[in-house]
Amino acid sequence: MPRAVITSLEEAVAENVSDGDSLSLEGFTHLIPYAAGHEIIRQGRRDLTLIRMTPDIIFDQMIGMGCARKLVFSWGGNPGVGSLHRMRDAIEHDWPQPLEIEEHSHGAMANAYEAGAAGLPCAVFRGYIGNDLPKVNDRIRSVECPFTGEKLAAIPAMRPDVAVIHAQKADRRGNVLLEGIIGVQKEAVLAASRSIVTVEEIVDDLGGGPNAVILPSWTISAIAAVPNGAFPSYAHGYYPRDNSFYKAWDPIARDRETFRAWMNSHVMQRKAGEGVQ
Amino acid sequence: MSDGDYTADEMMTVAASRALQNGQVCFVGIGQPSAAANLARQTHAPDVVLIYESGTLETRPDVLPLSIGDGELAETALTNVSVPEMFRYWLQGGRIDVGFLGAAQVDRFGNINTTVIGGTYLKPKTRLPGAGGAPEIATSARETFILLRQSPRAFVEKLDFITSLGHGSGGSSRAEAGAKTLGPTRLISDLCQMAPDPETKELTVTTIHPGVTRDQIIAATGWDIRFADSVTETPVPEPAELAVLREIHARTARAHAGQA
Repeated sequence: MPRAVITSLEEAVAENVSDGDSLSLEGFTHLIPYAAGHEIIRQGRRDLTLIRMTPDIIFDQMIGMGCARKLVFSWGGNPGVGSLHRMRDAIEHDWPQPLEIEEHSHGAMANAYEAGAAGLPCAVFRGYIGNDLPKVNDRIRSVECPFTGEKLAAIPAMRPDVAVIHAQKADRRGNVLLEGIIGVQKEAVLAASRSIVTVEEIVDDLGGGPNAVILPSWTISAIAAVPNGAFPSYAHGYYPRDNSFYKAWDPIARDRETFRAWMNSHVMQRKAGEGVQ
Repeated sequence: MSDGDYTADEMMTVAASRALQNGQVCFVGIGQPSAAANLARQTHAPDVVLIYESGTLETRPDVLPLSIGDGELAETALTNVSVPEMFRYWLQGGRIDVGFLGAAQVDRFGNINTTVIGGTYLKPKTRLPGAGGAPEIATSARETFILLRQSPRAFVEKLDFITSLGHGSGGSSRAEAGAKTLGPTRLISDLCQMAPDPETKELTVTTIHPGVTRDQIIAATGWDIRFADSVTETPVPEPAELAVLREIHARTARAHAGQA
């Protein structure tokens, strides 16, 4: 297998993300790949299927800027604050364009990523019992256990074209270390056809212990060093989550024009990795 | 505040914290459940095990997290596991005693809606965040407690969408749907506590918070609420409980304000 290319964020996105791709940007509250998401917005990618368990502000921004045709998710809010207004506007009022949704539970998406990484066609788990989600999502089905007869939920394995994640460190050979809340990033990268990893820094020695969470270089397409690349989420050991930004986002995102103006000055007019601070 | 020096929210949080027993393993939802669970840990239940869906196992946060995956949770956890491991081994594997859930809406059988209100599913009047971990917490945890401020908009006759199963349509319907666990055994609001009737599984008022009237509870409920044969008064919050809860909130406010 070829090893990861260590390159710039612009190149990593240009080489690996095309219009119409299905794209997982994962990071469970922690290590959310904001800088990479912003570069995808700047490069004007369109008709993407955006996949994230928790869409968070980054998908609010990508949806509001017209990148998405479809959203696959399991909890779409601004954590501890309220709604994602751009996501809601797209679902409720088709602005800036209609947004198809495929909605799951966290348990289902976690299982689907694991099935994707494991090379299985579907995930089987004990879930979706007695609720209405299977009525609105025809990808939620069931199978009978051949040994016990128990009815279990089944959904297709998650197999994105591209996984995009942020991590603490890569070494010069392109091996990547993740620490802290690790979410589903390892599964997302292993389930995807291609992957982009942004990291806080590139170092000589990763310094992880024998059980550290490592993605080998040959599982990754491209790596770019982007310090603060997860801001306003956080990178364990580098900087804390900026909870005040999450609160400040609410009034910015409520209004279409305020949102567009903010994105223009904080994202569109900046260069890759410059950040939004 | 009619009787003593505490708010209705504080009464709700204290009552919810008392429902957790020392040594239980609790899967904690964000917001009010998180405050209650951490109050329990810092008062009568020092060995309660708190687990958040971000993968933080046996966490002991000093301040309340704003999100389900704040760094505070990871730094104070015994260990951090991946999200697939959390849902497969720890929740689905049957390791959780109590699931502590919030909600947007609840019905008389403790079914929960956090998906859409009004309109249709595809074009709802109000789009809520969605399921998160709740559907599987509601059916895999041994039992669940629901924590929710009481109002006719939140306590409704019929849900527009069932996101997480409670007692279904009552009676044995929960088990018939395939759930092997107890489901909601307790609902704690800012007015009272409810428990399911042993036969019908309809949520029934069992204790009323001090100073609250039956008429207030009836007015704040969208269905024809029933009261148990013997309804007692919820014990008032102890000064020590209030002191710890207020200190948690003060530390949390200072911590969140400190991040520019």
